[in-house]
This record gives sequence, C-alpha cells and structure tokens, in this order.
Amino acid sequence: MAKRIEAVNDFVVKFANVNGSGSASANELFAKSFLRMGIPVSPRNIFPSNIQGLPTWYEVRVTERGWLGRRGGVDLMVAMNPQTWDQDIAEVEPGGYVFYDDTRPLPASKFRPDVNVIGMPLTEICNTNYVDARERQLFKNIIYVGALAALLGIEPEVVAELIGEQYKGKEKLLMPNVKAFHMGFDYARERLKDALGLKVQRSEAVGDSIFIDGNAAAALGCVYGGATVCAWYPITPSSSLAEAFQRYCSRLRIDESGRNNYAIVQAEDELASIGMVIGAGWNGARAFTATSGPGVSLMTEFIGMAYFAEIPATIINVQRGGPSTGMPTRTQQSDVLACAYASHGDTKHVLLFPEDPKECFEFAAQALDLADRLQTPVFVMTDLDIGMNQRLCKPLEWDDARSYDRGKVMTRDELEAGKDFGRYLDVDGDGIPFRTLPGTHPKRGAYFTRGTTKDRYARYSEAGPDYVDNMRRLQKKFETAKSMVPKPLLDASARPARFGAIYYGSTSPAMHEALEALATTGISINALRVRAFPFQDEIADFVASHSKVFVIEQNRDAQLKTLLVNDAGINPANLISVLHYDGTPITARFITNEISQIVRTLNVRPIKKDKAA
Amino acid sequence: MTYLTKPKLHHPSLHKNKVGYTRRDYEGAVSTLCAGCGHDSISAAIIQAAWELDIEPHRVAKLSGIGCSSKTPTYFLGNSHGFNTVHGRMPSVLTGANLANRDLIYLGVSGDGDSASIGLGQFAHAMRRGVNMLYILENNGVYGLTKGQFSATADAGSKSKRGAVNTDTAIDTVSLALLMGATFVARSFSGDKQQLVPLIKAAIAHDGAAFIDVISPCVAFNNHPGSTKSYDYVREHNEAVNRLDFWPSREAITVDYQEGGVIEVPQHDGSILKLRKLEADYDPSNKINAITHIATAAAEGEFLTGLLYLDPNAEDLHAHFKTSAMPLNQLGVKELCPGSEMLDKINASLR
Ligand SMILES: Cc1ncc(C[n+]2csc(CCOP(=O)(O)OP(=O)(O)O)c2C)c(N)n1
Ligand code: SF4
Ligand SMILES: [Mg+2]
Repeated sequence: MAKRIEAVNDFVVKFANVNGSGSASANELFAKSFLRMGIPVSPRNIFPSNIQGLPTWYEVRVTERGWLGRRGGVDLMVAMNPQTWDQDIAEVEPGGYVFYDDTRPLPASKFRPDVNVIGMPLTEICNTNYVDARERQLFKNIIYVGALAALLGIEPEVVAELIGEQYKGKEKLLMPNVKAFHMGFDYARERLKDALGLKVQRSEAVGDSIFIDGNAAAALGCVYGGATVCAWYPITPSSSLAEAFQRYCSRLRIDESGRNNYAIVQAEDELASIGMVIGAGWNGARAFTATSGPGVSLMTEFIGMAYFAEIPATIINVQRGGPSTGMPTRTQQSDVLACAYASHGDTKHVLLFPEDPKECFEFAAQALDLADRLQTPVFVMTDLDIGMNQRLCKPLEWDDARSYDRGKVMTRDELEAGKDFGRYLDVDGDGIPFRTLPGTHPKRGAYFTRGTTKDRYARYSEAGPDYVDNMRRLQKKFETAKSMVPKPLLDASARPARFGAIYYGSTSPAMHEALEALATTGISINALRVRAFPFQDEIADFVASHSKVFVIEQNRDAQLKTLLVNDAGINPANLISVLHYDGTPITARFITNEISQIVRTLNVRPIKKDKAA
Repeated sequence: MTYLTKPKLHHPSLHKNKVGYTRRDYEGAVSTLCAGCGHDSISAAIIQAAWELDIEPHRVAKLSGIGCSSKTPTYFLGNSHGFNTVHGRMPSVLTGANLANRDLIYLGVSGDGDSASIGLGQFAHAMRRGVNMLYILENNGVYGLTKGQFSATADAGSKSKRGAVNTDTAIDTVSLALLMGATFVARSFSGDKQQLVPLIKAAIAHDGAAFIDVISPCVAFNNHPGSTKSYDYVREHNEAVNRLDFWPSREAITVDYQEGGVIEVPQHDGSILKLRKLEADYDPSNKINAITHIATAAAEGEFLTGLLYLDPNAEDLHAHFKTSAMPLNQLGVKELCPGSEMLDKINASLR
C-alpha cells in the first residue's frame, strides 16, 4: 500500500481533459465550490493552441493560507485523458491519488506503486443513464465533480446552489445537472468511502474577496476609466479582454436613447488596431487596444510615432511565451524590453505591471489617465497567468469623487483669450506641452501632427537645435512620469536582511509564499515589487541598501534587470537574476530553491534563525 | 524638389462665402512640391470645393500617409488640424479619429504607393467599414518621394526611368474600392478642375466611404520614353498625339471637354492620358454596371472618369455601431463611468 497524503484545505487537484469535451464548466464549478465554503483556491488553465481534441488541464490549488501562486506537484490527478496518461501519472506526488474511469480497468503496470488509485466506472454510469452521446459526455463531467465532492467533503448544497446560479433562467438544464451531480456524489459516498486523504473544511479565509480573471478586470478598468474606443485584433491570451469590454459595455454604456457610448472595432490587424487607437487619442477620445507579443511587434512603428508626435494611447499587453509565435498559450514576462523601447530611434514608454486582477482593473483605468496626462503610449503589462485565469482578489473599488484626468488640452476659450499655443512648447517646465483637439477654434490652435521633426510650434524643422530641444523635452517628460506612475511597494522582512529581491507582475503570489518559506529557513529578504517604468529613485536606493538583490523574472534574458541597469543606473554586480521561463507560471518552490542555493554558494549560513541572513 | 516660392494656387478672392470666409482662408502653407506637380492642382481643387461648400475650415480633419501626395494637406486648409501619419496607415488613424468625433469632416489624402502598396489592406478595410470620409488617392503610378520606383498602379510593361520593366499587374484602385464596399466611387484627373471640384463637393456631402482616384502626373519621374504613359509609348499606340509641343512641360495641365467624348490629354512627360467622360445618362447607382464599364474602358486602354458609383442609401460606421449622437470625445465621467454602486453589484456577482 502506498503511503497516503493527508491534508486539509491545502492540496492540488489537477484535471486532465480532452479539449472540447465540456469539462471547463464542470471544473470551474468544482473550483468555485471551495470558495463558497470559504476556502481560497487558485485555479489555472493549461491548454494547447487548439480548439478541439487536444489535451487540456485545469489545476486547482486549494489553499487555506491563500497562497495563490502555482504550487507545483499534484496531490490528486483526475485523469480523464488516455492520451496524456503517462505524463499525468508521473506528475503525482508520492502518496498522492489518481482518480480515473475504470469502466475498463487498467492493469497495475499503468500506475505507480507509490500512488493511490481511485476508480469509478463513469462511462458505464453514463451509458446506463443517458442515451444521447452528447449528454453522456457532458454529464460525465458533472458526475465526476459529484464524486470528488463526496470524496473531499464538499457540501452538496453549495454545489447545488452554484448549479442553480449557472442555469438560472434555463430550468430545463438545471435539474438534469443537479441529478448528475448527485449520481456521482451518492456513488462515491457509498462505494469510495475513505479512498481519499484530502479533505476540506469550512473556513473564513475567502472573506469578501472576488473571483475574476485579469482580462475581465482590465476590461472593467477600461469601462470605469472612460475608454470609448477599443480597437483590437484577436490574439491569445488577450482576446477575452476585448470581448469582456464588449460585454460590459453592452450592459453599462447604453445611453437613454438606447445608443452606445462606445465603439469597438475588430480591426484587420494590429497595424490597424493601434492606428485606430492613435487616431481616436489624437481626436480626444480615450482609446485602448489589447494585444500580445506578436501584435506589439507589428505595432511598433506606430508606437514610435505616438511617442514622437505625443498622442495618448493605452496598450494592454497580455504577455505570452515568445519569441515569434512562441508559446501562445503559456505565460511569460518576456516583452518588457520590447515594450519599454518599442520602435526605432530613441524611444521610451511608460509600463505598468499589475500583480493581479485588482491591479489590472486599477492600472487599466490609470493608464488611460496617464496616457492623456503624458500624451504618450502607456503599456499595461499583464500576462496569460493573470489574464486568463480566475484569481481570488480584493473587491474592485471606485471612488465616485474621481474624475478623469484629460491632461493639458487647451480650450476654445483659452485660445480665444489669446493664450499662446505651441504644441511642443514646455510651458510648465514638466516637459508636457498643451495640445488642442481638432475642431476647437475657427482661427487658432490648429497644427499639423507628424512623425517628423519639428519646432516648438509644430512647424516642420530639420534644424539640429530644434530636434535636440524636442528630444530633451521628451526626456524631461519621461522624468515627470516617474512621479505619476504607481510607486514600488516594499515588503520588509521581519528581521534585518542583507538581501533584497525585486519582482513584478504575476510573480507576486509565488514570491510572497517564497519569502515566507525562505524566512522559516533563516533567509531574510526585503522584497520590493516594482509596479512601473520609468523607475523611481526608491528602486535604486533599495538596491544600494542591500549587499545583493535578487531580480525574479519570468523570461530568459533578465529583461527587467537589463532595464534597471540601463535606465536606473544600477550596478549589475549587485543584481542576481532568478529566471523562470518554461511557460508555466513561476512557483514558490522554484524561487525558494533557487534563492536558497545561491545563498548557500554565497557562503552564508542561514542556519541560526535569530541571525540575519 | 524646389524650395522656391511659387505663385499661389489661384488668384486670391476676397469674396466671402456663406460662413464668412474668403477663399484664401482655405489655403495652407506654400507648396514645396515640384513645379507643375499634379498634386498641387488637387490641393487647389480641395480649396475651391471647401470654399464653395461653405465648410468652416476648422471643422475638417485632414489626414494622410507618407509620400509627396501625403504632404499636400499642409498646403490647404491651414486652419484645420492635420495629421501626417505613417506610410500606408492613414485609413486606420482616420477611422479612429472619426470614431472619436462624428461631427467633423474627414479628409484622407494618400498616394498610389501609400494606398495600393504598403497600405492596400487598410485602404480596403476602411472602404468596407463605411467610414464617413472623403478618401483622395493622388495617383501618379510611381513613388514620387522616394524617387521614381514603380508603384502598384504602374501598368504592366511600363519602363522606369532607370530602365527596369514592370511585369506586375497594375492594381485598379477604383475597382477595388467598389468591390470593397465604398459607397461613393469616382475617378478624375488633377488637371480637370471642372470635373474634380464638383466630385469633391459631392464626396464630402456623401454619408459614408467616398473614394476619388485622381490621376495626378509626376513631372519628375514619369517623363521618360519607357513609361506606358510617356509620349513615345502613346504615339506608337495612337496617332493623334502630335499636339504635345504646345504644352509647356512645367505647367499644370488643364482640360475641358464635353460629356460622352473621349479626349486625349497630354501629360507633362509627353504621354497621353485618355479620359472618357461618362455619358450623361450613365446610372451611377448600379454597381454591376459600374464594374463592367470600368473593365470595358480599361480593356481599350482608356480611363473612365467621373462619378462611377453612388449608393444613395449609404450608412456610415457610426450608424452600424449605433454610437451616441454626442461625439464620443465629448462624453465625460457622468456618461462613461458606471460608479461605485454598480461596481459593488459586480463584485457581488463575482463571489
Ligand atoms: C514603413 C515605410 N517604408 C518606406 C517608406 C519610404 N517611403 C516614403 S514615401 C514612399 C512612397 C510614396 O509613394 P506614393 O504614395 O505613391 O506617393 P507620391 O510620392 O508618389 O505622391 C515610400 C516608399 C516609409 N516612409 N515608411
Ligand atoms: S516628385 Fe513627382 S509626385 Fe513628388 S512633388 Fe515632384 S512631381 Fe510631384
Ligand atoms: Mg505615387
């Protein structure tokens, strides 16, 4: 007999399914049932770039402590896909469990001696109860959810309630689903008693948190932030953002006459989508696009123009694995440099790094303000891990006293009063000039926007001094941006720490968990979460006050580190990269192992807990 | 190119139109194009049309790509906002601008390289979306600004100044615009002000995607025997071209002719352009008919000019999108932000 993992409210369940088999909604039902019992979960879709027939996985980390990063390892594998059987079995932790359809039992050789097997004749049950092939397939998913609920101790009332919400208004589907759920539940309760050492217990750990994917949250941020024009071209993992914007707008942005206070164009490509965003921004509407790496590559000529001609544009980059088509359905943070310096010539762009859906919401809205205020492209650098997975986060908040910062737009009255208008004139010493919108004044304020060099009054000029003057002002404007973008957040170690760590974006939950794990082994680290580029002085100060600083990233080339060295003047000798880039979300285990090893080789003995490491 | 100051495009008139502007108020900066470039004549036609239409100049947004043709918005409507975008991508920028403020008049100016080569995709898609605009393509069959390479509208068989022969089929932008769904399609000639000015006016008045392809000779790079539009080439194919010496080589060409007649227009480079004015009873609302006519004329080596197609029931992108009557760029937090109470409800639905 294999040893059994015994755990309460702290384990990982992974579903191995076939894409297109209808498992997604059943799996989501499973994940949500924990939340309704007050237990935090962190689910992740792992899917191929394919629509039907290929393998897909859904991993649910059940975590009383609220560690929302991917843990690594699997305690219970729900192995529903014969194609991936061997790799799925191999992934189970020693003492873990495999749940499978044993209508046709598999020989012992197909299992591992250190893994516990739970069989249930799902196909047989379905064939007995349903005639229609599609029903047999769909209800099989609900039946296994029922069985798992019984095995784990999920309250059936909770699941029934969720099914009720899902099929509200579609009563015809409601009862059969509840029935299928109970079919699985009753079977497991009677015949699979105590087969599983993993259990759940009601908790209060979820609190008032909400469960939302980053793309939907960013889309809501665009609605709240006042975006009226969205132009996009479908690309994984960003498409669901534009689609969510469409969905929310159709509910929240209809005026009294039934007309739309928004316009969404599915463009012919990313060249066009960014062009439309720039056209709308030039003409005073808040506009954004959502895209991913290949789209950003196509957009770069336009992005450089928007930088140089100073036009607001918000670009939400839901990063995926690159280069090229790369790993379209996997996650990475590998567009940092491509976006920071997008386009030819001397260009620099504002980047925001949200850590979770809540910040996707906030930063999307803030990006629209920043783009108007700074008159430049602003990137929201999210990624697939945040964007396409539902994540538990604090409720979204909006202050009704907040108004939109439309930046320096000279009005008709100001022009009429004779205020001097120089489109590229630095009147306030912050590098940010005034602009006018087309159609404002019959005789004053019109100017020609161009990607070519010009003087302070927007007149074409190739004169060296005019060019340099303008480029310096743009640099000053970028300096000004430092005081406007989100500040880095310090997570100070409870004990004095020699080491620092810099991290950003979706690395956040894994990092928090790793910091605690490292602290328990005596390695104390002060951690700084960078939330934007350009970098504020606090970041260089932070590095200067530690002997070594780890920079944790999800890319091969240490892109943020390069940016820190290049743009914040940080000595690279003080930085040690911790890099994870296989396309899976970074885990606390990975960070902990890497840092522990490096600390060991640095000859620090982190043994005595009372000593600072 | 020459930077010498040149005469104004027309004799300044101090006569005011209905909105109180003289024709001079519709002018722009002094052109820096080659003397006699067809593009300058188109600018003059735009000035004339806008003045005659009693448009307030600042209510026009003029956008272009990159090229000699795309430079021209600097040379007209100096009180309008202008936007020299990137090469071939004016249509998308214009689309976005139009979405932001439905109340302005949008004028897109492009070249044959800009629209038929690098920007062919955007050109086609702007037409099929029905963006409310006047899109003028200043078609000279070459890349003027980069000094005379073939454009995608150059005829197969024509020879470049450097001697290379174009073997690619020419793109007919008028047929393409028709197929893509433009609801106002015309072709004209830069030298034919009588025809062009009314076309521009009608196109501006049109509520949808209006396209005018204007044949606009390039005096610098289309003036050699190897060109299919050159004097030598046309002489071999047409006997009646000996009057060409009459035309000074560096002056804008003008023509005047009767409806229904074919006229041979000498170009700066000595080549002949055949223009067939459409029959007075031509029905421009019949798309199939228009396509057939264009193809028939092309097979005979003629260009068909005039209003080729008009859909009187055209609808624009805003109608498709049901956007608010108030321009999107004038909506504020009150109209756009659903507020915290709604957010609380959304939060509740996410638990
Ligand atoms: C991306 C890019 N590629 C190439 C160029 C160089 N370029 C500038 S104008 C032009 C061709 C313009 O031809 P056309 O649109 O026919 O205008 P014309 O000068 O003939 O009026 C080219 C290739 C550019 N500006 N941008
Ligand atoms: S090069 Fe040709 S297109 Fe350009 S300005 Fe001169 S004549 Fe006109
Ligand atoms: Mg050309």
